[in-house]
Amino acid sequence: MKACGKVFKYGDNVDTDVIIPARYLNSSDAAELAQHCMEDIDKEFVKNVKKGDLIVADKNFGCGSSREHAPIAIKASGISCVIAETFARIFYRNAINIGLPIIECPDASKGIEEGDEVEVDFDSGVITNKTKGTSFQGQAFPEFMQKIIASEGLIPYINSQNK
Amino acid sequence: MGMTMTQKILAAHAGLDSVTAGQLIEADLDLVLGNDITSPVAIKEMEKMKTNGVFHKDKIALVPDHFVPNKDIKSAEHCKCVREFAYKHDITNYFEVGQMGIEHALLPEKGLTVAGDVIIGADSHTCTYGALGAFSTGVGSTDMAAGMATGKAWFKVPSAISFKLTGALSPWVSGKDVILHIIGMIGVDGALYKSMEFTGDGIANLTMDDRFTIANMAIEAGAKNGIFPVDELAIAYMKEHSKREFKIYTADEDAVYDEEIVIDLSTLRPTIAFPHLPENTKTIDEIKEPVKIDQVVIGSCTNGRIDDLRCAAKVLDGRSVARGIRCIIIPATQAIYMQAMDEGLLKIFINAGAVVSTPTCGPCLGGYMGILAEDERCISTTNRNFVGRMGHVKSEVYLASPAIAAASAVTGQISSPESLS
Ligand code: SF4
Repeated sequence: MKACGKVFKYGDNVDTDVIIPARYLNSSDAAELAQHCMEDIDKEFVKNVKKGDLIVADKNFGCGSSREHAPIAIKASGISCVIAETFARIFYRNAINIGLPIIECPDASKGIEEGDEVEVDFDSGVITNKTKGTSFQGQAFPEFMQKIIASEGLIPYINSQNK
Repeated sequence: MGMTMTQKILAAHAGLDSVTAGQLIEADLDLVLGNDITSPVAIKEMEKMKTNGVFHKDKIALVPDHFVPNKDIKSAEHCKCVREFAYKHDITNYFEVGQMGIEHALLPEKGLTVAGDVIIGADSHTCTYGALGAFSTGVGSTDMAAGMATGKAWFKVPSAISFKLTGALSPWVSGKDVILHIIGMIGVDGALYKSMEFTGDGIANLTMDDRFTIANMAIEAGAKNGIFPVDELAIAYMKEHSKREFKIYTADEDAVYDEEIVIDLSTLRPTIAFPHLPENTKTIDEIKEPVKIDQVVIGSCTNGRIDDLRCAAKVLDGRSVARGIRCIIIPATQAIYMQAMDEGLLKIFINAGAVVSTPTCGPCLGGYMGILAEDERCISTTNRNFVGRMGHVKSEVYLASPAIAAASAVTGQISSPESLS
């Protein structure tokens, strides 16, 4: 499995309140949430994001509330993978559980800039910055996580196991 | 190798003799919690699962509290979804408007969380129950759905940082100052993926409400959980509130910690977190320029308990909220509301010119009941001051204790009760 696209780059401690502000949490509709994704730190994000694009950030991405609406909004906006130096733990869990691929890789987060064209190979964990001609070794996804992501989340995965 | 308190609780719930940091385990759950924002997502997920209902109707708590009483049509639809699910599955611990309170204040008060429990909640401040010696942690809606259906959750066993508390707090310094001090010191990811285990003889000098406040904000340091040893005070609290049996776990003598941090409580000063991160802390003495404010919020799962209201009342008694300042006080549960009424605190608040609301999260997450306009500033006893948390993206939130918040309401700028005449 691979992801490939342009990068939106953010800094440290991007919190779930800016990923999806609480004023929109009276909805749990993925498409509706996606329309407001990142709007409090990046008004242009929703206008510019294309299917397959990536988010790359520094430390502690997704800190704050446990709202699953945050990874849901990111995934529904078309983002194929989030790479960060580190993730907040609830966000990490939630992203895997809803089938949004995320990779911790401090080197990649330092070596990738806004607008770079990046490819991620989930089997090997290799992250390639096509714009700069560099590559980084991220953690490969364990098999069960690949299966969760391929099934589009934990619940469909559990169901497929129970067949 | 010895285990930490958290590791012992997790091992027991996974049916294992011992666990080590990093190990993946599946643990039995004593309680699964959700609110009006996270439960509808979980309910939708659960409906996709091939299950025959919930694992245990007494071990699920559903607490609509964020946008409740319903702030708009969409919130009403969410609450309706939670209510219908609760009735359909005969959930014992569903709390309707009139009985509900802010979940993390309500559950200990109702005796649903006790020492030795493993609790997950689809709300990040689920870590609050560590004050009673339980392992409790926030998860997302999918975990909540799987937890409601199976009574189990997977965990990666955390390592721990030990915070050894010594001494006693000075007047006007409280649990909020302790946790803000710690977050200021280690940062918002200072305990990422880890347990914060509190130890030391200073704990005996902290009230239960102080401990709830401290455990509540463990997540603001990135921690998986925060946990206190179970002493006489905690036992008395559980006996008063709960009929459930509790189990006391203690860390092994030779438990391994990533780090030990010693904090002398007597050296702490009132501490305030400046925008836009809980780690941007300053003590009251370090604030040189006046910080003018527009609004004060005293409430939330962090500081909406009776101790907090008593402290605010002590400051506001016989004084008035400054002209142009809105002071919003929100008791966290109906029982706290009632007690504040019996003790005459509500009268003090209303006489001072504050508004008192029914229990709700309301402004804490920028829901309603005190939203900020552009360029407005609020000093709040809540737990997060992220960009836009309480309203406009250009508004600001300063986090502080009830004492500081109340004194600031009187002067119109960030102040300590020590400076009031
Ligand atoms: S009071 Fe605030 S932090 Fe606590 S549960 Fe409600 S919204 Fe979350």
